[in-house]
Amino acid sequence: MEVLFQGIREALRLLFTLDREVLTITLLSLKVSGIATLLSVGLGMGGGTVVALTDFPGKRLLVSIVNTGMGLPPVVVGLFVTIFLWRNGPLGYLEILYTPTAMVLAQFVIASPIVMGITIAAIQNLPPDLKLQILSLGATRSQMLFLLLREARLPLLAAVMAGFGGVISEVGASIMVGGNIKGYTRVLTTATVMESGKGNFDTAIALGLILLTLCFGINYLLTVVQQRERPR
Amino acid sequence: MSISKLRSLFTPLFALLLLSLAVSPVGAASRNLILATTTSTQDSGLLDLLIPLFEKESGLLVKTIAVGSGQAMKMGEKGEADVLLVHSPEAEKKFMTGEFGVNRRLVMHNDFILVGPSADQAKIKGAKSSTTAFKQIAATGTLFLSRGDNSGTHAKEKGIWKAAGTNPEGEKWYQQTGLGMGPTLNVAAEKKGYTLTDRGTYLAMKKNLGLEILVEGEPLLLNVYHVIEVNPAKWPKVNGGAAKSFADFMVSRKVQELIGRFGADKYGSPLFFPDAGKKPETVGL
Repeated sequence: MEVLFQGIREALRLLFTLDREVLTITLLSLKVSGIATLLSVGLGMGGGTVVALTDFPGKRLLVSIVNTGMGLPPVVVGLFVTIFLWRNGPLGYLEILYTPTAMVLAQFVIASPIVMGITIAAIQNLPPDLKLQILSLGATRSQMLFLLLREARLPLLAAVMAGFGGVISEVGASIMVGGNIKGYTRVLTTATVMESGKGNFDTAIALGLILLTLCFGINYLLTVVQQRERPR
Repeated sequence: MSISKLRSLFTPLFALLLLSLAVSPVGAASRNLILATTTSTQDSGLLDLLIPLFEKESGLLVKTIAVGSGQAMKMGEKGEADVLLVHSPEAEKKFMTGEFGVNRRLVMHNDFILVGPSADQAKIKGAKSSTTAFKQIAATGTLFLSRGDNSGTHAKEKGIWKAAGTNPEGEKWYQQTGLGMGPTLNVAAEKKGYTLTDRGTYLAMKKNLGLEILVEGEPLLLNVYHVIEVNPAKWPKVNGGAAKSFADFMVSRKVQELIGRFGADKYGSPLFFPDAGKKPETVGL
């Protein structure tokens, strides 16, 4: 227990003295996972909407694949992304292994199915006649799309939170494709693994608490947006 | 909902993804150096001292990938690293005869120690040699934690088991963590088991462990670090120039002095002993 209080004290110290290294690590965590979530919202929500609203052969198969992808183990993603990004791998010419960009890419792969899966479920959960009703009232297709997404915004924001929560807390892929390089690709989760490996449990707890606070803050913001005006 | 309608939505997003890929310094490839090294150099804090110094001097960005020596050499074999700082002499020799590396140079040494709980159930404290101690651990079936990750330390430990004429694989008292040196020491402390460790990591972590040094000071337990440049003739993408400047930096007089002093103020004794330019025989190889 002693070490836990030490950790809390250390966390407060690091936060209030604005420790430069911790600040860099925290900002990078936010940046990498933020960009990855944004990109995955683009692909996942866009793609999920298309899949939910159209009928095509193989739809069930595709949705099953997306739903399986929601549970993609980050280490497996990390392993494959690493192999692709090796200097002598198929995407080696990009020369992005062990950079924040590679981490964004891996986290994008992890978050996209999560966002897409929830989006598909959210749109398909809307009353089936709603689409027809909106169209019959003279709405254009893009107006209809806007109204449908608006109607489904509670679960859609939940999709964003799930995607973000999945990648900011992820360590396996980040450590493999990023390499946990000091001041460059070290994020909160990889730093926590390293510090606890070194036996610096107070610092590890401090980093963990900062990560939790960060997650809470982001989710609180999103929840405020989500609950602002509840559709009846 | 037609797919073409949404295409306009996707295009900018893919552009954004490509853009974020392009942000990486493709043109600056030669400014990057990938150093594959063992966990002990990172966990002891030595690299935190040396790398910023080298980056400042050379203007290079060093990407330190701390893995076991075995994995570091695998990365070198595949041309995925530019320079190696490793401590697994037998494997290094194979690496060199395979022409995967050039210019293998001695950097420093410390030693391996056998640590365990102060209760010392297997009564190995003060044993004449590490091999007798290992035999005793096996005979009494006391818990031993192995790295089990093909690291330099793991290679050394397997060598000692072999010298002791025991094969611990699959025994109940022999557990492999598959983790780095730091985490393995933590497991040994928690489970009150024995483990083989390099002195540097042990000294750096001693305060939280409650593990004692039980066997030390024997030629067999020597732990020697070499710097090896990955052969650019084998892999054209390897940054040979940067690798050479890093290797030169490691054996330079200034850095050797830093290594010799590192940790002395904090732990009472230095964690590594500089050896650059010495003949291997004088270090006891």
